[in-house]
Amino acid sequence: MANTQAMCTSFKVELLNGIHGFGAGGPAHASADSFKAALYLTSATTNAANTVFTASGEVSGAGYTTGGVDLTGSPDWIAPTAGATTTAYTTPTASIVYTTVTLTTAFNCVMIYNSTQSNKAVSVHLFGDQTITAGTFTLTMPTNNETLGLLRIV
Amino acid sequence: MLITTTKGLMEESLLEKRTGGVDNEDERTTWVEYRLGGELVHRSAHVTLKKSPAMFGVAEKIGG
Repeated sequence: MANTQAMCTSFKVELLNGIHGFGAGGPAHASADSFKAALYLTSATTNAANTVFTASGEVSGAGYTTGGVDLTGSPDWIAPTAGATTTAYTTPTASIVYTTVTLTTAFNCVMIYNSTQSNKAVSVHLFGDQTITAGTFTLTMPTNNETLGLLRIV
Repeated sequence: MLITTTKGLMEESLLEKRTGGVDNEDERTTWVEYRLGGELVHRSAHVTLKKSPAMFGVAEKIGG
Protein backbone atom coordinates (compact mmCIF):
# COMPACT_ATOMS: atom_id res chain seq x y z
CA MET A 1 0.00 0.00 0.00
CA ALA A 2 1.03 3.62 -0.18
CA ASN A 3 0.25 7.03 1.15
CA THR A 4 -1.59 9.42 -1.14
CA GLN A 5 -1.51 13.20 -0.96
CA ALA A 6 -5.00 14.56 -0.48
CA MET A 7 -7.36 16.88 1.25
CA CYS A 8 -9.41 14.48 3.38
CA THR A 9 -12.95 13.93 2.12
CA SER A 10 -14.44 14.19 5.60
CA PHE A 11 -12.70 17.56 5.95
CA LYS A 12 -14.61 18.89 2.94
CA VAL A 13 -17.89 17.91 4.60
CA GLU A 14 -16.77 19.42 7.88
CA LEU A 15 -15.94 22.70 6.16
CA LEU A 16 -19.54 22.90 4.93
CA ASN A 17 -20.69 22.21 8.48
CA GLY A 18 -18.42 24.89 9.94
CA ILE A 19 -16.43 22.48 12.10
CA HIS A 20 -12.90 23.78 11.59
CA GLY A 21 -11.62 27.13 12.77
CA PHE A 22 -8.44 28.06 10.92
CA GLY A 23 -8.82 31.67 11.88
CA ALA A 24 -10.59 33.47 14.69
CA GLY A 25 -13.92 35.10 14.12
CA GLY A 26 -17.54 34.22 13.59
CA PRO A 27 -20.04 32.72 16.01
CA ALA A 28 -18.68 29.18 15.76
CA HIS A 29 -15.03 30.05 16.31
CA ALA A 30 -14.28 32.90 18.66
CA SER A 31 -10.70 31.65 18.66
CA ALA A 32 -8.77 29.56 16.17
CA ASP A 33 -8.49 25.81 16.67
CA SER A 34 -5.25 23.97 17.45
CA PHE A 35 -3.77 21.56 14.94
CA LYS A 36 -1.16 18.80 15.03
CA ALA A 37 1.03 17.00 12.51
CA ALA A 38 1.80 13.27 12.58
CA LEU A 39 4.31 11.39 10.42
CA TYR A 40 3.57 8.12 8.63
CA LEU A 41 5.70 5.29 7.36
CA THR A 42 6.19 4.89 3.64
CA SER A 43 4.49 1.51 4.00
CA ALA A 44 1.34 3.06 5.50
CA THR A 45 -1.94 3.79 3.77
CA THR A 46 -2.85 7.36 4.63
CA ASN A 47 -5.09 9.23 2.21
CA ALA A 48 -8.34 11.13 1.61
CA ALA A 49 -10.32 8.37 3.32
CA ASN A 50 -8.83 9.15 6.73
CA THR A 51 -11.41 10.93 8.88
CA VAL A 52 -9.43 11.37 12.10
CA PHE A 53 -5.86 11.00 13.28
CA THR A 54 -4.82 7.36 13.41
CA ALA A 55 -1.80 5.72 15.00
CA SER A 56 -1.96 3.00 12.35
CA GLY A 57 1.13 3.30 10.20
CA GLU A 58 2.50 6.19 12.25
CA VAL A 59 6.25 6.40 12.76
CA SER A 60 7.74 5.45 16.10
CA GLY A 61 11.11 5.97 17.66
CA ALA A 62 13.09 7.80 20.28
CA GLY A 63 11.93 11.37 20.81
CA TYR A 64 8.74 10.97 18.79
CA THR A 65 5.42 11.08 20.62
CA THR A 66 2.36 9.35 19.17
CA GLY A 67 0.22 11.99 17.54
CA GLY A 68 3.18 14.04 16.41
CA VAL A 69 3.73 17.67 17.28
CA ASP A 70 1.60 20.77 17.68
CA LEU A 71 1.65 23.39 14.99
CA THR A 72 3.45 26.17 16.78
CA GLY A 73 2.17 29.34 15.20
CA SER A 74 -0.06 31.74 17.04
CA PRO A 75 -2.53 31.11 15.60
CA ASP A 76 -1.48 27.87 13.93
CA TRP A 77 -2.53 29.04 10.46
CA ILE A 78 -2.11 32.30 8.60
CA ALA A 79 -5.55 33.91 8.47
CA PRO A 80 -7.47 32.41 5.53
CA THR A 81 -7.79 34.88 2.72
CA ALA A 82 -8.74 35.17 -0.94
CA GLY A 83 -6.33 35.97 -3.72
CA ALA A 84 -6.75 38.10 -6.81
CA THR A 85 -8.50 35.17 -8.45
CA THR A 86 -11.27 33.10 -6.86
CA THR A 87 -8.93 30.97 -4.73
CA ALA A 88 -9.11 31.01 -0.93
CA TYR A 89 -6.05 29.72 0.89
CA THR A 90 -4.18 29.29 4.14
CA THR A 91 -0.86 27.79 5.30
CA PRO A 92 0.57 26.96 8.72
CA THR A 93 2.26 29.95 10.27
CA ALA A 94 5.48 28.16 11.17
CA SER A 95 7.59 25.20 10.09
CA ILE A 96 6.75 21.84 11.65
CA VAL A 97 9.75 20.59 13.62
CA TYR A 98 10.47 17.20 15.20
CA THR A 99 13.48 17.81 17.38
CA THR A 100 16.03 15.15 18.33
CA VAL A 101 14.22 12.10 17.08
CA THR A 102 15.36 8.75 15.75
CA LEU A 103 13.08 7.36 13.07
CA THR A 104 14.93 4.55 11.35
CA THR A 105 12.09 3.17 9.24
CA ALA A 106 11.45 5.21 6.11
CA PHE A 107 8.60 7.71 6.24
CA ASN A 108 7.19 9.97 3.55
CA CYS A 109 3.96 11.47 4.80
CA VAL A 110 2.52 13.98 7.25
CA MET A 111 -1.13 14.17 8.28
CA ILE A 112 -2.40 17.47 9.61
CA TYR A 113 -5.37 17.20 11.92
CA ASN A 114 -7.48 19.37 14.20
CA SER A 115 -6.76 18.52 17.83
CA THR A 116 -9.42 20.95 19.05
CA GLN A 117 -12.10 19.15 17.04
CA SER A 118 -11.64 15.54 18.19
CA ASN A 119 -8.56 15.02 16.01
CA LYS A 120 -10.48 15.37 12.76
CA ALA A 121 -8.22 14.89 9.74
CA VAL A 122 -7.50 17.82 7.45
CA SER A 123 -4.99 16.78 4.82
CA VAL A 124 -2.21 14.40 3.87
CA HIS A 125 1.05 15.63 2.32
CA LEU A 126 3.87 13.60 0.80
CA PHE A 127 7.62 14.07 0.41
CA GLY A 128 10.53 11.84 -0.49
CA ASP A 129 11.45 8.97 1.83
CA GLN A 130 13.34 10.04 4.94
CA THR A 131 14.97 8.57 8.00
CA ILE A 132 16.30 10.52 10.95
CA THR A 133 19.03 9.47 13.38
CA ALA A 134 19.46 11.49 16.57
CA GLY A 135 18.55 14.50 14.50
CA THR A 136 15.86 16.99 13.60
CA PHE A 137 13.24 16.70 10.90
CA THR A 138 11.90 20.02 9.69
CA LEU A 139 8.97 20.59 7.35
CA THR A 140 8.96 24.09 5.96
CA MET A 141 5.72 25.31 4.47
CA PRO A 142 5.25 26.64 0.95
CA THR A 143 4.63 30.30 0.25
CA ASN A 144 1.17 31.27 1.42
CA ASN A 145 -0.51 32.41 -1.78
CA GLU A 146 -3.25 31.33 -4.14
CA THR A 147 -1.05 28.98 -6.14
CA LEU A 148 1.19 27.51 -3.44
CA GLY A 149 -0.67 27.77 -0.12
CA LEU A 150 -0.86 24.47 1.73
CA LEU A 151 -4.67 24.43 1.69
CA ARG A 152 -6.42 26.01 -1.26
CA ILE A 153 -10.07 26.11 -2.29
CA VAL A 154 -10.03 26.93 -5.98
CA MET B 1 30.65 22.60 17.08
CA LEU B 2 28.99 19.84 19.02
CA ILE B 3 26.72 17.41 17.18
CA THR B 4 23.95 15.37 18.75
CA THR B 5 24.63 11.73 17.92
CA THR B 6 23.54 8.28 18.95
CA LYS B 7 26.61 8.28 21.19
CA GLY B 8 25.87 11.63 22.80
CA LEU B 9 27.28 15.03 21.97
CA MET B 10 30.39 14.77 19.80
CA GLU B 11 32.77 17.30 18.34
CA GLU B 12 32.05 17.74 14.62
CA SER B 13 35.73 17.45 13.70
CA LEU B 14 35.74 13.84 14.90
CA LEU B 15 33.00 12.86 12.46
CA GLU B 16 32.71 12.30 8.73
CA LYS B 17 30.11 14.68 7.32
CA ARG B 18 27.95 14.03 4.26
CA THR B 19 25.31 16.32 2.81
CA GLY B 20 22.85 16.03 -0.01
CA GLY B 21 19.42 16.89 -1.21
CA VAL B 22 16.79 16.85 -3.89
CA ASP B 23 14.91 19.63 -5.63
CA ASN B 24 11.88 18.74 -7.71
CA GLU B 25 8.39 20.06 -8.38
CA ASP B 26 7.06 18.69 -5.08
CA GLU B 27 9.77 19.53 -2.57
CA ARG B 28 13.22 20.93 -1.88
CA THR B 29 15.04 18.74 0.61
CA THR B 30 18.45 18.91 2.21
CA TRP B 31 19.98 16.42 4.60
CA VAL B 32 23.13 16.08 6.64
CA GLU B 33 24.68 12.90 7.99
CA TYR B 34 27.56 12.34 10.37
CA ARG B 35 29.37 9.02 10.58
CA LEU B 36 31.86 7.67 13.05
CA GLY B 37 34.02 4.88 11.67
CA GLY B 38 31.41 4.31 8.99
CA GLU B 39 28.54 4.08 11.46
CA LEU B 40 25.68 6.53 10.99
CA VAL B 41 25.39 8.49 14.24
CA HIS B 42 23.36 11.49 13.12
CA ARG B 43 20.99 12.31 10.28
CA SER B 44 18.79 15.39 10.00
CA ALA B 45 16.59 16.45 7.09
CA HIS B 46 14.82 19.63 6.09
CA VAL B 47 11.92 19.35 3.64
CA THR B 48 10.34 22.41 2.08
CA LEU B 49 6.97 21.53 0.61
CA LYS B 50 6.19 23.09 -2.76
CA LYS B 51 2.99 21.48 -3.88
CA SER B 52 -0.23 20.76 -2.06
CA PRO B 53 -3.67 19.37 -2.85
CA ALA B 54 -6.22 21.96 -3.91
CA MET B 55 -9.93 21.59 -3.31
CA PHE B 56 -12.23 22.65 -6.10
CA GLY B 57 -15.55 24.24 -5.24
CA VAL B 58 -18.47 24.15 -7.65
CA ALA B 59 -21.69 26.17 -7.57
CA GLU B 60 -24.09 24.46 -9.96
CA LYS B 61 -26.56 26.37 -12.10
CA ILE B 62 -30.14 26.10 -10.87
CA GLY B 63 -32.77 24.86 -13.27
CA GLY B 64 -30.24 24.24 -16.08
